[in-house]
Order: sequence, then structure tokens, then C-alpha cells
Amino acid sequence: MKKRPPLSFARFWAIVIKEFVQMRRDRLTFGMIIGIPVVQLMLFGYAINGDPKHLPTAVLLADNGQQGRSILSALKNSDYFRFVRELHTEAEADAALARGEVQFVVTIPENFSRNLLRGEKPTVLVEADATDPSATGNAIASLRTLLGSALQQDLKGPLSFLAGSDGPINLRVHARYNPEGISQYNIVPGLMGVVLTMTMVMITGLAITRERERGTMENLLSMPTRPLEVLLGKIIPYIFVGYIQVGLILAAARFLFHIPMTGSIPLLLLTSLVFIAANLAMGITFSTLAKNQLQAVQMTFFFFLPSLLLSGFMFPFRGMPEWAQAIGEILPLTHFLRVIRGILLKGNGFEEVLLQLWQIALFAVVVLAVGVKRYRKTLD
Amino acid sequence: MKGNFAIDVRGMTKRFGDHTVVNGIDLQVRGGEVYGFLGPNGSGKTTFIRMLCGLLDADGGEGTCLGFDIIRESDSIKRQVGYMTQRFSFYEDLSIAENLDFVARMYGVENRREAVRESIDRLGLAGRQKQLAGELSGGWKQRLALAACLIHNPRLLLLDEPTAGVDPKARRDFWEQIHELAGQGLTFLITTHYMDEAERCDRLAYLSYGNLLTSGTPAEVIAGAGLTNPSLEEVFIHLMGSSKDNFSQ
Ligand SMILES: Nc1ncnc2c1ncn2[C@@H]1O[C@H](COP(=O)(O)OP(=O)(O)OP(=O)(O)O)[C@@H](O)[C@H]1O
Ligand SMILES: [Mg+2]
Repeated sequence: MKKRPPLSFARFWAIVIKEFVQMRRDRLTFGMIIGIPVVQLMLFGYAINGDPKHLPTAVLLADNGQQGRSILSALKNSDYFRFVRELHTEAEADAALARGEVQFVVTIPENFSRNLLRGEKPTVLVEADATDPSATGNAIASLRTLLGSALQQDLKGPLSFLAGSDGPINLRVHARYNPEGISQYNIVPGLMGVVLTMTMVMITGLAITRERERGTMENLLSMPTRPLEVLLGKIIPYIFVGYIQVGLILAAARFLFHIPMTGSIPLLLLTSLVFIAANLAMGITFSTLAKNQLQAVQMTFFFFLPSLLLSGFMFPFRGMPEWAQAIGEILPLTHFLRVIRGILLKGNGFEEVLLQLWQIALFAVVVLAVGVKRYRKTLD
Repeated sequence: MKGNFAIDVRGMTKRFGDHTVVNGIDLQVRGGEVYGFLGPNGSGKTTFIRMLCGLLDADGGEGTCLGFDIIRESDSIKRQVGYMTQRFSFYEDLSIAENLDFVARMYGVENRREAVRESIDRLGLAGRQKQLAGELSGGWKQRLALAACLIHNPRLLLLDEPTAGVDPKARRDFWEQIHELAGQGLTFLITTHYMDEAERCDRLAYLSYGNLLTSGTPAEVIAGAGLTNPSLEEVFIHLMGSSKDNFSQ
């Protein structure tokens, strides 16, 4: 048999136009597109707390005395901190935080041990990635006690006077990216991802089953169409819908919640495109798997719940058990949350964004491939 | 010889579960013929037609449609066949013009705008083309559906009860149009429950419980039944009765 290209642009375009017109006439769906973000924004005005442990921590150890190393080993043995690596420069520390590789960087300055023994109360600097304040709050609170007891071993006998009434050292905490620890800073940008996940998957989830239930599938299948034309033709129009929601939430973030917007908005819009496409692909694939609209809706919820719970939206990602994190890593929302919080709060650039973006793109491609494979070309 | 047949299939079979709905049907339809496909409700007419244009996978059988293999070349068949479904299957939330435009785009019709306009004029719907298809009366839906399956100039039309719910005048216009198009070389396979329509077909096949009971020209079918008061209606009622006896055991 002759091999034909998998896609005819004319037929793809015919479907895009048809979907656009149908979407315009479907008042209820259009209401949902506007209504869902509004309701969610109101519902999630409040923070949800957790108490994550074993947060990845890097140490910048400029001191080579005994007491510096005591602190390091105390950190390694603590519950809240998990020592990942040692850093050597300030720039390395910044990069690790920006990429989200570590939650904390602990800096022990030069001559720390010497100054400590001289009773000069040296300063230990802790920089925390506080985009999600609920993730860092408890860890920071425990830090003061931790450092005090770490040094107790060293400051015994004649040196015990150094321990003093207010401790032997100064602890300075920099809550980076969200210095005031405002939960909305974390939640509102995250809502954009949640809303998109919910509506985009739902809308396309109904796309194919609706044609089957209304009987129009029989007509569509009697035409010489290819799966990719139908699936892409049904995805593209809803990208615009996604952008309506993005605009809505960004406006609310800016003017209602006064979320700082440190990074590049065009970059955010570009990443949103990939994320929207990934969710639409998920929906359309559900649609090819579902027998009817009810099943499609059930599948949507089956996908939405883990996205909501395991992406780091509801609970700090690092506070979850490992198996939950492993599932979370697959979900596009997890990566999108990192991207959007990164761009808005940390001012992340393209390089940091790319680390997450390719994973969203991969998800989209794999899921769409499943959809194309499962698309039934007959009524059986 | 083979090239003369628009439809030439043997042993077509379809099962749903363990229920055999189409049972080894052979059918040959010549090019330019108007072929009537009859049989009581549930006899398998729609199922058979769906297998012809690749909408259902056959469980058995082989053959060609317009010279293309029905199993392997269903894409080529779809391009040259117009299939009018029994149930209205155009988009009710698109207007008449939008539906026709969609179909024309899907088949890559040249001079699309013109083709759509002509089609609307021929339907006598000029001025109403912006009306939503869902707001049309049943008969008008049928007429729209027929117009839509003609828009890409197919060589074979599979019409599944195209005149159900259509008024007598429109039905007569419809059959005049069919014979005119057949004169131009188009082939028709039409299912119907109306006897006057069956009489206007060049040849007929009568199905019951998935089996082909009789076929031939209307005159042959009547003669073959050997009844005292011969009319197609009597023949079919007779066949319906006898096949029930055969299958209800
Ligand atoms: N998708 C399906 N799954 C199971 N059974 C089916 C399916 N489609 C059709 N059938 C069964 O196959 C039989 C034949 O149906 P079909 O629609 O082909 O009949 P028909 O001759 O077109 O009838 P009508 O004159 O009422 O249109 C019926 O008994 C029907 O219940
Ligand atoms: Mg039928």
C-alpha cells in the first residue's frame, strides 16, 4: 500500500474551524472556563500547612576549624535537613537555590572556629528557598536549637562560658524569594497550574466521546480522516481557552494578591503553551479510551486528584514520602509549579525553566502517542 | 467483468458477541444501478453498509467497493463514497452552511465556496443557510444530509433510509434526483421500508435476520414468490412471516 502522510493540513484545519465554532456556541463550557479559575482563586486564599523533613541542604564551608565541621555533621544527622553537597562559591549557592536543587544553603564563614573561640559570636548564614513558606518554616525554627547543641560538645569545660545566655553564635536566616513568608505567593501562581489541569483535561476528555454519543462520529469516520488530524484538530482551539485562564489568573495574581513578578512574563506564557498542550493531550487520550462521557469525566478526576495532591500544590513536595514524589515527578503539574513559581518569585530564566519544561513536553508527546494508537477508526 | 461492479462482496459476516447480525451475505451491484436494500427492523442492513465503507470491521467476507479492497483500502473507498447515515449525524450546533463547508473541507473539494453555495441553492435553502442544523425539521435534516453526501462528487452513494420522515412531494423529488444522478453513472445502494420506493429500484435484495432471502429486479422478486395476488408488499410480508417461522425455533 502507498504510504500517505499522517496528516493532511486541510482536514486538520477543517476540524479546528469546526471545533472553534462549536466552542463559541457552547455557553456552558465557556462559563466553566471563566468560572473555575474564579472559584478556585477564592477557595484557595488560605494556606495549607505541612511539616516536611529531610529537605535538601548544601553547605558552603569556608572555615577549616573543628567547630565548622561539628555544625556540618550536626546538619547531616538532623531530621529536617539532608546534606546533599558542599559548595565552594556564592555563585554556586545561588544557582543551586534557583534551580530548586536545594531548599537551604548554610554558609559557615571564614575563620568561624577561631572567632567562635575568641568569643566574637560569628554569624552562620542560612539561605532558604521560601517560595513555599510552609515547607521551610519548621526547619528554620529547629535550626537554632540544632546549632546550639552541635557546639555544646566542643564548648565544654573551660570554654563553656562561650555558650553564654544567648548562644555562642549569630544565626542569620535569609528567606529568599518570599521574604515575608506569604503563602499566597506560593498558592496563587500554583492555582494557575491547577486550574489549567482541571479544565483542559476535562474539555478535551469529552471531545471524542461527545462525537460518539451524539452520533456524529459515524459521519466523521466515514470521511477519509486520520487519527492525528482529529486529535490535533480538537486540541488546538482549546489552547486559546487555556490562555484566557492564564490571563485571568495572572491578572488576579497581580492586582488582587499583589504577587511579585520577578521573571519574564513572555517566558511564562511560552511555558504555559507546553503545559496546556500536555493537559489537552491527556484529555484527548482519555477521550479515546473512554466508552462514554461519564467514563471520560471519571478518568479526568482520576488524573486530577494525584495532580492536586502530589504535585507540591497541596503539600510541600519534599514533605511527601518517596513513592509519592516518584509519582509526582511524572505529572506535568509538578514541573509546571516549579516553573511558574520559579519565574514569578525567583526570576528564573530560560535555563532553569528548561530543566522542567522538557519533562512536560515528554509527557505530552508520550500521552498523545497513546491517544493516536488507541483512536478507534471504526464504530466497533 | 469485475470492474463493472461498484460493489462486489462475498460472505460478509458480522457478529456482536455471539449474535450473528450479518450472515455471509454476497452482493453485487453494477455501476449506475439503483439498488434497493430491504428487510425488517434489525435485519442487518445498517450493519452491512457500515462494513462496506470501513466503519465496522467485518468478521468474515471479502470483496471490493469501486474496485478497492474493502478490508485494506477503506481510505480510498471513503474518498469516493457518500454515506448517509440512518440517524442524522451532522453537527446540530453548526449551521447548514458550516456543516456543508466542513464536509467540503474534509474531502478537499475544489472551489469549496462555490460547491457549498450550489448545494444550498439546490436544496432550496438559500437565505436559511445560517440556521443551525439542529433547528431543522426532521425532513429537512434528511435533505441536508443528502446534499452533504453529494458535495464531494462521490461515485457510489450508500443511503440508509434517506426518506424516512420525508413528505411525499419531497420524496418524489428525491427519487427523481436519484434517477437523474444514476443516469450520469452514479451507483446507489438505498435502504427503505417504502414499497413504492422499492418498486423504483433497478434491483432489490431482501434481508432477514442477517440472511439474504431473495434478490433480483422487482418483477423477478414478485414472480419468484409465486403468490396469487402479487405485489412487492405482499411478497415481503410473506417473507417476513416465513423467515420468522425459520428463526424462531
Ligand atoms: N454496536 C452494536 N452492538 C451490538 N449489537 C448491535 C450493534 N449494532 C447493531 N446491533 C444489532 O444488530 C442487529 C442489526 O442491526 P442493524 O442496525 O444493522 O439493522 P437494520 O436492518 O439497519 O434495522 P433498521 O431497519 O431498524 O434500521 C440488531 O439486532 C441490532 O441490535
Ligand atoms: Mg438501519
